[in-house]
Amino acid sequence: MAALEWQLGTVTTIQPETPKTKSFYVALPKWAGHRPGQHIDLRLTAPDGYQTQRSYSIASPPELSGQLELTVDLIQDGEVSPYLHDVVMQGDQLELRGPVGGYFVWDVTVGGPLLLVGGGSGVVPLMAMLRHRAAQHSTIPARLLYSCRTPDDVIYRDELNQLAGSVAGLEVLITFTRQAPAGWTGYQRRIDAAMLNEVITPFGTSARTYVCGPTLLVESVANLLVGMGLPADRVHTERFGPTGS
Amino acid sequence: MARLISRGFLGRRRPPEVEKRLPPGQYLVTDFPVLSAGPTPHTPLDRWSFRIDGLVKSPVSWSWPEFQKLPTETVTVDISCVTKWTKLDTKWRGVTVDTLLKGVEVDPAGQYVMAFSDGGYTTNVPLNELINGQGFVAYEFDDKPLPPEHGGPARLVVPHLYFWKSAKWIRGLRFMDRNDPGFWESLGYHIHGDPWKEERYSGD
Ligand SMILES: Cc1cc2nc3c(=O)[nH]c(=O)nc-3n(C[C@H](O)[C@H](O)[C@H](O)COP(=O)(O)OP(=O)(O)OC[C@H]3O[C@@H](n4cnc5c(N)ncnc54)[C@H](O)[C@@H]3O)c2cc1C
Repeated sequence: MAALEWQLGTVTTIQPETPKTKSFYVALPKWAGHRPGQHIDLRLTAPDGYQTQRSYSIASPPELSGQLELTVDLIQDGEVSPYLHDVVMQGDQLELRGPVGGYFVWDVTVGGPLLLVGGGSGVVPLMAMLRHRAAQHSTIPARLLYSCRTPDDVIYRDELNQLAGSVAGLEVLITFTRQAPAGWTGYQRRIDAAMLNEVITPFGTSARTYVCGPTLLVESVANLLVGMGLPADRVHTERFGPTGS
Repeated sequence: MARLISRGFLGRRRPPEVEKRLPPGQYLVTDFPVLSAGPTPHTPLDRWSFRIDGLVKSPVSWSWPEFQKLPTETVTVDISCVTKWTKLDTKWRGVTVDTLLKGVEVDPAGQYVMAFSDGGYTTNVPLNELINGQGFVAYEFDDKPLPPEHGGPARLVVPHLYFWKSAKWIRGLRFMDRNDPGFWESLGYHIHGDPWKEERYSGD
């Protein structure tokens, strides 16, 4: 297989998503395409040659050609995310390569029903799947269960509302773990067995599930899904950290 | 291609003695991240066994109590995950592959090994990179039983390769006459995986 070459992209747009999350659109003349769920490796180089790398999921669907959207959560004491948030400006160049990851991927050829479970920035690769599904006018039944701390933390809020209201067969369920909006009648707790059971019931154990977010959320959701009878090979996971121990 | 300098990026520097232990593109962590493609299997110890099969004269298998009686070694090693983190001085106790292979007659053609795990995970390692103390099956981390999310009850540890080669939830080694790719190696990751050569993806 040909090597994954490093390539230079240009930041065309920076869009705040939440108070601590920003999306970066990166124009990439040489991008060869990706599947929803895959990520890229980003490499930063200091003037003296010091380098570091991090992985970021691709938020945009394959249908958006010539550019990628990356959505980055600010980790206060981090090395890379504060640089992206506080230093990078429109017109800057970023060096990256990809696409990487061949397992945490879903496209319409995989089929459904599709259950996506995300926590925090774990929604990013799931969004690529939902955007792809919409672009393909797919009617594969799909549900997103998205765990957020507060209403301020909902990444892609407007677009999720709009998708849920306009495309067939998609339901978006948000659970707020710290503080819900006034008058909220939906879930207000961490994802637990009862919640997963309700969400998966229409799909049963034939659901294809993709779980992404902090390690503790992913561990607990994946274990619950297996406990509910889903075959382990239908439970795809991606763990972003933090790691707890 | 002219080397890009990331405008305004200085980076977080580590003391030189730490920096020189970090393979290219890696960063230091002090916690212990968890990475796996699917759910964490939980295999009861009374149903656990460890098997050596494939190109061997006669396959062998140990139950958990039998495995516990094998001589162990304690090692302190640095580990590097392909997702970019490196953790220094991790302490493991386990049974070396050399010990496991005592009394196993390997077919001379069996120069490659597929490690296989609960949940269907596999990873390939050439035999000559598992012997002479390079690989072991660990069941203690930091003097405590290895937790399931980190691969317990037992995982392979091959510290000189990216950590996906250190198969979690390992249940055996299968000898092969070809270097067949395992799970991640079939999905675009490097067939060998040496962090110092930055062999992350196939073609690197
Ligand atoms: C496959 C993959 C895909 C990823 N996709 C995304 C993505 O789409 N968007 C995104 O924002 N991040 C994503 N991440 C995480 C990302 O790679 C970085 O780990 C993250 O941006 C932090 O890097 P940093 O340099 O700012 O912090 P570091 O300097 O690496 O870490 C600083 C401190 O923050 C802690 N920390 C690291 N990550 C987190 C976290 N997520 N939450 C809380 N504490 C943390 C560390 O343990 C450390 O103590 C992904 C990771 C992987 C492995």
